[in-house]
Amino acid sequence: MSTATVEDLTEVSAPDRFWNRGRRLGAGLVIIGLIATLVFGSLADAKTARFTLSEDAEGAALSIGGQFGAILFGVVTVLAGGVLLAGIVRRRQTALLALGIVTFVFSFLCWQVAGKFLPLVDTAGGSLELALPLILGALAGVLGERSGVVNVAIEGQFLMGAFGAALVGTMATSVWAGLVSAMVGGVLIAAMLAVLAIRFLVDQVVVGIVLNLFALGVTGFLYERLMQPDALKFNQPPHLPRWRIPGLADIPVVGPVLFDTNMLVWLALILVFVVHFGLTRTRWGLRTRAVGEHPTAADTVGVRVRGLRYLNVLLGGVIAGAGGAYFTLVSTNSFNKNMTAGAGFIALAALIFGRWTPFGALGAALFFGFAQKLANYLSAVGSPVPNQFLNMLPYLATIIAVAGLVGRVRAPAADGVPYVKS
Amino acid sequence: MTTDVEAPPPAKKEEDERRDSFVGLFLHNLWSANTVTVTVLSILLALIIGAVLIVVSDPDVLSTFSYFTARPSDALTASWDLISAAYADLFRGAIFDPSAFQAWINGTGTWRAAFTPISETLTYAAPLVFTGLSVAIAFRGGLFNIGGQGQAVIGCITSAVAGFAFGLPAGLNLLVALLCGALGGALWGFLPGLLKARTGAHEVITTIMLNYTATLFLSWLILQDGVQDPNRSDAISRTIDASAQLPALPAPLRVHLGIVFAVLVTAGVAWLINRSSFGFELRAVGVNPPAAKTAGMSVAKTYTLLMVIAGALAGLGGATQVLGTADKLTTQVAGNIGFDGLLVALLGRNRPWGTLFAAILYGALRAGGNLMQADVGISLELVTVLQALIVIFIAAPALVKAIFQLRAARAARLGASMAKGW
Repeated sequence: MSTATVEDLTEVSAPDRFWNRGRRLGAGLVIIGLIATLVFGSLADAKTARFTLSEDAEGAALSIGGQFGAILFGVVTVLAGGVLLAGIVRRRQTALLALGIVTFVFSFLCWQVAGKFLPLVDTAGGSLELALPLILGALAGVLGERSGVVNVAIEGQFLMGAFGAALVGTMATSVWAGLVSAMVGGVLIAAMLAVLAIRFLVDQVVVGIVLNLFALGVTGFLYERLMQPDALKFNQPPHLPRWRIPGLADIPVVGPVLFDTNMLVWLALILVFVVHFGLTRTRWGLRTRAVGEHPTAADTVGVRVRGLRYLNVLLGGVIAGAGGAYFTLVSTNSFNKNMTAGAGFIALAALIFGRWTPFGALGAALFFGFAQKLANYLSAVGSPVPNQFLNMLPYLATIIAVAGLVGRVRAPAADGVPYVKS
Repeated sequence: MTTDVEAPPPAKKEEDERRDSFVGLFLHNLWSANTVTVTVLSILLALIIGAVLIVVSDPDVLSTFSYFTARPSDALTASWDLISAAYADLFRGAIFDPSAFQAWINGTGTWRAAFTPISETLTYAAPLVFTGLSVAIAFRGGLFNIGGQGQAVIGCITSAVAGFAFGLPAGLNLLVALLCGALGGALWGFLPGLLKARTGAHEVITTIMLNYTATLFLSWLILQDGVQDPNRSDAISRTIDASAQLPALPAPLRVHLGIVFAVLVTAGVAWLINRSSFGFELRAVGVNPPAAKTAGMSVAKTYTLLMVIAGALAGLGGATQVLGTADKLTTQVAGNIGFDGLLVALLGRNRPWGTLFAAILYGALRAGGNLMQADVGISLELVTVLQALIVIFIAAPALVKAIFQLRAARAARLGASMAKGW
């Protein structure tokens, strides 16, 4: 947000209005809960909905009557909303909100799955895999934006990363060379962003958008010139191996999802912790946050503002490039023109929805990944709910978040403002 | 800073100087970082980098570089042949094809073939004028409308649906279809405008999110009964009535009334920005919102109205595309016109007539790129790279100035007021 929003100019809101955040959230939850109870409940089949613990229809399963479940969970959503609306709880509002949203999702699932089955392992694993590039992209955004450089070029970094991984991975027939060059590809775009934004003071959103188009053009051009004529030589990267940790992988549901997977998943999850720890507990993090909130003050006490911004944007490039590797080394076997198809912007949405924090970004990315996975599942089982609308969910959720309907999201104060030493 | 700006000499002496050396002054200023020089040099730099990409991506030419030290002439000749063939095609496809012209003079060809390049250029330019104006007018009011793409997509949808669904008499049908396109785009611009005015939600975030929402909505709508072509199973809509299509010159010329319309709208926007009272308000709000508010203008109302106008312009761009060139909806009907409009506005320095010329330049690149791809097999994506590079250099005049050692001038910076972050 720019510091001077129109709201600030027009009215000074009283600190304790009746329609405070809790009540607004409560009202929203009551409404969606009623929708769940009445619409989902009446449309749902009375047949059993089975949530199987294995990857297919066999084996142990959690079962519930479709209609019964839809109504039950809908009522719980209404109750959670009602408690918030009544304004009797002061703390634990976020927990109630989470409860309301989760039960709403359950109600929806009961309606959709009635008479069918939903494999939990596959859903969880798929959600995590789809969320993987979003987590990495959003972390790259966190690094840049917490130090005051808006990064809209995540999409371009993904594309460069995906392209680099495919090209070098094939030519060197080594998946690790591919991964490293994905990072190099991400850094290339990040370096252009950094130089133009920090050294030449170009508007950062403009640079980001233009760099996205640049990456789209360069990768598309080289794809058509090199990869399309000779795919065998340039566009058949090896797959990132799946590693299975014996013992841990045998835990039901969690085991196969977290401990029988490729190392990029671990890298992403570890990085979330590392970045969180770094930002909140280390000298580098303190300085990063200072530079992002008040660069002049940071400069006064001797922090090198521009140097730190360069460092963080380039580190972000490494991470986003690794996220790009997902597209060619994990999810598919070859590079294709514009194959990221807006994932970079969903990562940006996850960053904003997660309020510029690593764990918030992780949560948002997982939520968006789940929405995508659900959309795939629903179109596969022939649901009446069009999958396009579920795919809109990340974007709409972000609009609702920045509009302040669900609490205020606030960017670092100096985000996007170039620093000129006076 | 040139010295004559900083310390103006006595008036008489200045007059002498100006009289005796108009040419000298002209040459002096020619090699300074003024708008024209920076623009021309930006285009030149982009073409040079494009040439490098052409050579690097051609295995045959690249192989001649392996014995560069032994016989440099081979490598240089091969590179030069390839580059000159490519850029000659770019020119012949966009502006003027001597051989077709010669054939027309000799009576062996038709006048239509001779004018095809210009026709193609104007065909591609027409929608870009509208989307470019949309971005430019929003910029002038201090808003960054990245949503041109989404607004154009919605404009495509509404105008196409109006074009095949209403079946109005000729003339009226086209008018209604265009109006519907503008209204659809206006609605898609109204949302971020309203959110910005009421809640301070940053328009960059909301419009990015609405872009993808619009694309997903299109991909859903196109498969619905009544919209999808009944004779097709893939994602393609019914054809727009001939009476609702923009009248075009006889085939193979594709240029249609849209470009005339675009020039008229450019004049209208120029009047709106520079001469109308709303234009004054929007410029005032763009430069300094608090001051505009103090002067009695409603910032919130200006933002909302501005986004509505910007949306309507982008919607008209979509309408021009679908009623003039495409004649039916596909998922890719809007192409990249929204994002290209962004580049066009930046290249046109956010001035209406500048935007018009920038759009024609980009249309020319696109039209020439088609011939280049067909003739020497260099991917059309090169054009995207060129377009992005041109804007990168335009946006960073300091970079161009440093590369060419230009003299300082009153810098042709992009509006400094833009660099304000989220």
